[in-house]
Amino acid sequence: MRSAPDDITETLAGLAIFADLSRPELERVAHTLEERYFAQDERVLRQGLSGSGFYIVLEGEAAALADGRRVNVLGRGDFFGEISVLLGEAPVADIVATRPLRCLMLAGDRLEEFLKSNPRVCYRILQAEARKLRNATRRST
Amino acid sequence: MISADESAGGMFRRWPFFQRLLSWTKPYAPFERGSREYERYDWNSLLPEEADNRALMTTIMDGTSYYPSRPEMERNLATFAERTKLAVRYGCRWTTTRRDDDRWVLETTDGEYRCQVPIFAVGVSQPWRPAMPGIEDIPHYADTRPAETYAGKRVFIIGKENSGFELATGFLQWAKQIVLASPSAAKLSINTRSLVGVRARYVQPYEDHVLAGGVIVLDASIERIERTGAAYRVHTRRSDGSGDLPFEVDDVIAATGFTSPLLDLPRQGVATVGRNHLPAQTPFWESASTPGVYFGGTIHQASPGLRKHGIPSNSGGVNGHRYNGRILARRVAEKHFGITVDKPVVAKAEVVSYLLREVTSAPELWHQKSYLARVLIRDEKRGILDDGILPLQHFLDSGPADAVAATLEENPAGDIYPVLYTRRGGVSTEHDLAPNPLHDFRTREHEAAVVDALTGLFL
Repeated sequence: MRSAPDDITETLAGLAIFADLSRPELERVAHTLEERYFAQDERVLRQGLSGSGFYIVLEGEAAALADGRRVNVLGRGDFFGEISVLLGEAPVADIVATRPLRCLMLAGDRLEEFLKSNPRVCYRILQAEARKLRNATRRST
Repeated sequence: MISADESAGGMFRRWPFFQRLLSWTKPYAPFERGSREYERYDWNSLLPEEADNRALMTTIMDGTSYYPSRPEMERNLATFAERTKLAVRYGCRWTTTRRDDDRWVLETTDGEYRCQVPIFAVGVSQPWRPAMPGIEDIPHYADTRPAETYAGKRVFIIGKENSGFELATGFLQWAKQIVLASPSAAKLSINTRSLVGVRARYVQPYEDHVLAGGVIVLDASIERIERTGAAYRVHTRRSDGSGDLPFEVDDVIAATGFTSPLLDLPRQGVATVGRNHLPAQTPFWESASTPGVYFGGTIHQASPGLRKHGIPSNSGGVNGHRYNGRILARRVAEKHFGITVDKPVVAKAEVVSYLLREVTSAPELWHQKSYLARVLIRDEKRGILDDGILPLQHFLDSGPADAVAATLEENPAGDIYPVLYTRRGGVSTEHDLAPNPLHDFRTREHEAAVVDALTGLFL
């Protein structure tokens, strides 16, 4: 966890949302996303504040806190921030690192272009969103 | 202060390769040289307390360009060090680091130094190469030969950031063909609206590419580089999946960036981040994993702040990190040595005009948008206090004290506008003010917006 991975491309290849990409496509994605490191208890996203981004967890763990209440735990391969970016609204929860956290980040205004130019990644993200919706529906019924 | 160099400004004796920096100093500006407001137009001078030593760069540049040459920048730093009587031990190279009870011990070529708080301002100037078959056999940007030796050559440059485009610009009148390649598309600063991306000065090769004039800008991964007698064969694979593309060239140069010489700091627990393995830092430029270890200078670019709307800080340049340095000095003094700075009282009647004056002309806020902020706090006994310029991220994630932070931000449409963050009972709220095409926010409309944001807090 201490050092940045030597080859982000290799790390990406192991994540579900990038499973369909070829090596050159993975390299392009690795050069497009920016790696971020968050110390334990550091906030990644802030509820109610505009201008956030899209994040993919590479290592570590984070919690989603809505009005201070824990609503989700995020780990390797999970992603967050896409809903506020796609809707053009501020996040509805804080995301806080509960352990040292390493993520890839894409600025919000670049997400649309990223998804359009990587349709297989877009499809994988949609699948993950569908699972989240299904699980939320099950919980509410 | 110790330095491995023999005198101040060592990096500028080597780079940038083609002589001139990318940071400007405008000798003629709307504000008087040496004033705080003028710093917005002078990206290269350091920030002394004494008025006589401010805006030093303007006294050194010869007027042929508003970008200083390498010797001018070197002289700027040397003059600053000399006139402010900085105590520097030159020719003293740090070699290893260890802890001894409550002290850090730095072994150097000049013996052992002990301190409570080390600050590593070792720059981002150590050549870095990604893992790639054959890259170890080609020169790095740092080893580029004089431009005329590339006359009539086919030159392949790995990397499409500023250093790659800088070399391509310098080779335009010499090289027979220039190829710039990396996996992702080239970003231009005028599109990113920041210093991230190829600066306007180096866009000429890109125009040559667009006009099919002998420069090729290619989105491709480099599979391997082979030596073939006196030439090279570079095997590339197009990023769009459209196949392989081999190149036969005379020269290959890795313009793949730089990293920091952290020596054994990772073994002391210092976490690194990003392709270039820079130290991960807190908003106050302390190691995010090893408390008590701080960083200075261009390494601050690895403390990215909020990156609101994707806009990065300018901490990779003197114009940005010189302000971080002031805050860092205050932070270290307060946290480690119990020294507190005075927080002057701001009269209630002055708060609105003060904040609007700051967002209109404070150089800290203009150079470090959505990164640094002017902070006012409410003190039960003394009233409204000026807490100075602080990292915005720190403000948003700290303390319950009622307060306001004023900063400047930029949205994806390119509008620059002031933002106030108010904090009441520990809860922060964002108040975006309107942009102004002249960037002067001292208007009735902005006054009303500030009053609205601060009513019930300060007013």
